[in-house]
Amino acid sequence: MSQYDWPYKDEFGAVETMESEVLVLGGGIAGCYAAIAAARRGKSVTLVEKGAIVRSGSAGSGFDHWEVACTNPCSQVTPKEIAEAYIEEQDHYSNGIAHYIECREGYDRLLDMEAFGGKVRDTEGEFKGAEFRDDDTGFLFAYDYKNKFFMRVWGSTFKPALYRELKRLKVRLVERTEATALLTAWVNGKKRGVGAVGMNVRTGKLCVLKAKATIMTMSRPARVWLFNPDLVGLCEFRPPQSIGSGHAMGYRAGLEFTMMEKSVRGEFSAAGRSFPPYGAGNNHNTWYAATMVDARGVEIPYVDRDGNVLKTVSERYQPASGQKFFLKGGVIDEAKYDWRGPETMEFDELMKRGYQLPFYADLSKMPEMERKVIWGLMVGEEGKTKIPILQNYTERGFDPEKHMLQSYGSGWQSASFLDQERQLFGAPGGIFHDWDLKTNIDGIYAAGDQLFAADCCGFAASTGYYAGRKACDYADTVQLTEPDREEIQRERNRLYAPIYNKEGMGWKELNMAISKAMQNYCGGVKCDDLLQEGLNLLDSYSEEIVPQLSCRNPHDLMRTHEVLDILEVSKMILNACLLRKSSSKPLCFQRSDYPETDPQRDDHFITIRQEEGRVIRGDVPHGYYGDVEEGYLEHNRDYVQNEGGRGNE
Amino acid sequence: MNEKNRLTAAVVPCSAQPLLFDETLCAGCNRCVEVCQVDIMIPNPEKGRPPVVLYPGECYYCGSCVMECPVDRALRLQHPLMNRAKFVPARG
Repeated sequence: MSQYDWPYKDEFGAVETMESEVLVLGGGIAGCYAAIAAARRGKSVTLVEKGAIVRSGSAGSGFDHWEVACTNPCSQVTPKEIAEAYIEEQDHYSNGIAHYIECREGYDRLLDMEAFGGKVRDTEGEFKGAEFRDDDTGFLFAYDYKNKFFMRVWGSTFKPALYRELKRLKVRLVERTEATALLTAWVNGKKRGVGAVGMNVRTGKLCVLKAKATIMTMSRPARVWLFNPDLVGLCEFRPPQSIGSGHAMGYRAGLEFTMMEKSVRGEFSAAGRSFPPYGAGNNHNTWYAATMVDARGVEIPYVDRDGNVLKTVSERYQPASGQKFFLKGGVIDEAKYDWRGPETMEFDELMKRGYQLPFYADLSKMPEMERKVIWGLMVGEEGKTKIPILQNYTERGFDPEKHMLQSYGSGWQSASFLDQERQLFGAPGGIFHDWDLKTNIDGIYAAGDQLFAADCCGFAASTGYYAGRKACDYADTVQLTEPDREEIQRERNRLYAPIYNKEGMGWKELNMAISKAMQNYCGGVKCDDLLQEGLNLLDSYSEEIVPQLSCRNPHDLMRTHEVLDILEVSKMILNACLLRKSSSKPLCFQRSDYPETDPQRDDHFITIRQEEGRVIRGDVPHGYYGDVEEGYLEHNRDYVQNEGGRGNE
Repeated sequence: MNEKNRLTAAVVPCSAQPLLFDETLCAGCNRCVEVCQVDIMIPNPEKGRPPVVLYPGECYYCGSCVMECPVDRALRLQHPLMNRAKFVPARG
């Protein structure tokens, strides 16, 4: 095996201290917009990112559609009706505040993106004459062509545009640096966020980041149940960088979370059961509404919500008779009747009628514009598609006018996972917050996937920007507070320990053990005894195995820290599961010892946080945020008056 | 505390080869190294040669490295064999 000298400086032991008014942890879409909002308000801003901002985060290489841009000039819906539909659709285990922000301000952020140089409209007339194109604006719409609130965009241009804007605004960019711990202090008897600690993942240098306000935008946990030590980067849907470190450090610092008991049966793991997302024949999300055929080449019927067979491709993009609008995309799988859009006939019915496997997506049978917008724009501008799918399949000879692409497993997941192979997907748990996207600790805000029940890119952009301006308001009211040196020293010792261990266990072995434990003790069906056994095992890993971890360079040390965070998050999940003493359908949560499903006594958010090592439970009604429109207006008069968020007046 | 380990890097092989460099086209500019959010490559100790893929198993297959590469076909990204979905001529 080839050995190399480590190519970067050895800065273990060095400490760099940085001060700013607003600190943003995570440089994905949410973090970039948060930093931009704060910088526009004249604040000094530091943005910390583990990768390289120009292409980092879940949407680094692109994304294909911007959901719920309800205030765009072509939209036929209001932010309130769409936000409320999402809340109802998810049985109120939904983030009403964040969804309303997304519906109300998402279009403002899209216009920002255009100003930064991102491509959001068909300026060249490539799709002129298409049913989904508005010829006055050049906007392209997806899914519901009548109501025009899902927009097709050129997402591969977005991260480089944000990166340029951050530099133009002179945001201090601290790249290749993992945020590892929040710093807190007690001021006048109240806990307050005063900054964070990070480590450069190439050099080992420690960063102490002092700030008046901190915004967390560090995605969501992954590799908790699904881990493959051979193809680590393909284990989950999101990048290996996005591992839930924000959840772990937040939990350690005492932040409050909710819905952490929710996990779903696996949907994507291209290291194992499934194919690369968007890379197999299907008719969901990016590929909606591709023509599907069976093995004989017979077209599979699309039906409306009442089971009526649709005769034309155009009808797949229209609400049913008597229906105002329908929902599709990110977290919507099988919508309730009110918002259910056109879909291919149910699988069981197809089998009864003699349709034969395998099925294929056959774009050759679609009108030219619909074919071109799926294969070329959607597949191409969506993350992880331009090179690995569009370019590679084309090189392999795939021609959408001549070929059909095979479909595997069930639906767009392209696989059938076992019940214990779980993921935090489909609007999972995260940080609990108020109308300011503020956490339970003063001075700490959150946005994007870091929030509970988050979904897509427009959500990340709009909540990121919103958290940015709220953090600014807070920063105006406080002074920088000196963090506790001992706290920093403890974090330094925790971070560096594995690089001082000559011999020991590598991070992959521990990740494997955690994933297996979570499959065994926190699988599809849960009960108190199993969950307790799981906690007991994970505690033994913390006590006996963690001190044995060893690594040889800062990169491996970063991966080791990630597994420590996976361990932390796994314990939070087990504890959150123990708190809910009933089963719940919307939370995909099944208990053998408490089989009663969604009893009224438990039909609310259960929150979890830590205080001096103890788990603290909270109970919050679903509608804690009140009427979404009234709540928004009450908290955002300045923005509505001066900046945007005007709705479609 | 013990003495810190000497920092070393060794290729950690995996069952796939996500990145293929064409040595005759790649000028070793290392733009791919700098754009990769997973940080799976290091610059080649020999200047002008393609980067060393230290951690091929950590590749996320996003394609950002190829999008950044200034030389057409100097760098190719390919999914593991098992992930190449099948396509056939359309019927009817």
